[in-house]
Amino acid sequence: MRNAFITTLMACAESDSKIFLIVGDLGFSVVEPFAKKFPERFLNAGVAEQNLTGVAAGLAMAGYKVFTYSIANFPTLRCLEQIRNDICYHHLNVTIVTVGGGLGYGPLGYSHHAVQDIACLRTFPGILMATPGDQNETIAVTQALIRYDGPAYLRLGKGGEPSGAGECSISDVGIRLIESSGDSILLFCGGLLGFAAPLAKACHAGLASIPLWTNDERTKKLIQDFVAKYRRVVVVEEHLAAGGFGSFVREALESKPHLQGIVRCCALDASVCGQVGTQDQLRNAGGLNIDSIRQAFMEN
Amino acid sequence: MMPSNIKTFAAQVRLEALRMVHRARASHIGGALSMADILAVLYAPGGRLSINHADPRWPQRDRFILSKGHACTSLYAALGLRGFFPLEDLTTYAQSGSPLMSHASHHVAGVELSTGSLGHGLPVGCGLALAAKRRYELWRTVVLLSDGEMDEGSNWESFLFAPQHSLDNLWVVIDANGIQSLGDVKDVLDLEPLADKLRAFRWSVIELDGHDHEALYRALDLEHAPMSGRPTVIIARTVKGKGVGFMENSLEWHYKSPSDVQLAEAIAGLEGDLHA
Repeated sequence: MRNAFITTLMACAESDSKIFLIVGDLGFSVVEPFAKKFPERFLNAGVAEQNLTGVAAGLAMAGYKVFTYSIANFPTLRCLEQIRNDICYHHLNVTIVTVGGGLGYGPLGYSHHAVQDIACLRTFPGILMATPGDQNETIAVTQALIRYDGPAYLRLGKGGEPSGAGECSISDVGIRLIESSGDSILLFCGGLLGFAAPLAKACHAGLASIPLWTNDERTKKLIQDFVAKYRRVVVVEEHLAAGGFGSFVREALESKPHLQGIVRCCALDASVCGQVGTQDQLRNAGGLNIDSIRQAFMEN
Repeated sequence: MMPSNIKTFAAQVRLEALRMVHRARASHIGGALSMADILAVLYAPGGRLSINHADPRWPQRDRFILSKGHACTSLYAALGLRGFFPLEDLTTYAQSGSPLMSHASHHVAGVELSTGSLGHGLPVGCGLALAAKRRYELWRTVVLLSDGEMDEGSNWESFLFAPQHSLDNLWVVIDANGIQSLGDVKDVLDLEPLADKLRAFRWSVIELDGHDHEALYRALDLEHAPMSGRPTVIIARTVKGKGVGFMENSLEWHYKSPSDVQLAEAIAGLEGDLHA
């Protein structure tokens, strides 16, 4: 996903001289081609995320479309107030791009796990949330973010994710229906889409993703309309259950009690925090696995 | 040559700031008064900032960021006096629904960045200065910090960053009044030797009396920036509450609002400079 992002960004930067990439001393073997090709629009701000984020805000105030890039916990949690006050409150054209969203850097330990990022960022008014599920969605979402004028958060996997669905075009917030099957469906948020198709088949369910969304009434209405079409919707995300996308789905249904029983959320239990292991091991440790997803379809 | 109106402008800024704080029963007048002379040198007609009140977003304007946003009364006063908005708007300061909230707000014409949480202004200023550098544009960026604010680690990230990227189009002024929220700076987190520290960070350092208009005017010669590759930091030694005798060097005026009698006494003390 990160290579799909940087390739798309580079292609767009050829014709859009406002695109600027800032990294926090990370991105080895990913960002070098951009730095080489567009040195006047590249910056390694060092291991200093508060300054990095403020610099991004200043560059955006002066007219650049800025993308900040680092491992998921650093340019989000370390500088959360700079994102809230400097970028979002001023509605600046800055996209925070993270790699390893969720448990992608599982063996590196809790410091490098990003399982609270969506909970923190989605509550900032005006921010556009980009949670592509695979490479094709990453390409389409990156193009959409370049067209967008405002703050955004792009959450990517670490790399090496299996391809999910086919090519797609994304121009606005919305739920992407990938495959219909009966009256139940899996709704994926984030980089698990490559694992989703066999899972959906095993559960005899359809498949959908939410690559672009906002934490507001507009997306809430989309969710309400979507859920109303099914007998069972299972939301899956690699994030703590508290505050994540599934939590937002529940908020969206607060005013629609007749729809609430349709939805089940499969996300990580807080017990995963502090554990170390591969991404798969940690998903299991957090209760996010095939069994829990199947169970969600069987519950009344 | 320094324009002759700076002394009067500084007194007007102080007067309006006092009236705002008194009317709103608001805080932070001490820090607003300590930086009034710095703002006067920047904002008085003929002052050092290249700005246009008729077009506050003029692309080639110099950018000024007040990082110590709690002291915004003096900035609002300076902008109102320069015609960025009707001066009578100052009467809405800190009122419900007014854009003139009691920390600096970018919804006020002429204010570049909303601030309030300390340590935010300088990183953004670095981004602005970097944008001008990368595009070979000549406008300058000035960021005004408090000395208490220097506790924030984000500032030190920026102090590393600016010389690394040769931001000689960036000026930082530290309003060093020596008092922060709960005590003297030297007793909370002592900054000294501040000038040595900043020199070691590869900045051009100027230390001066922050109420000396001539010295400030010389140091803030934005138009003739040295092509040194070094950003400039001015350590302006100031007096908290400057210009109002009973407020000077007193921690309590970080919080208190003047009574009717105290306001009258403060204004009387400014009379000489108002009509200089």
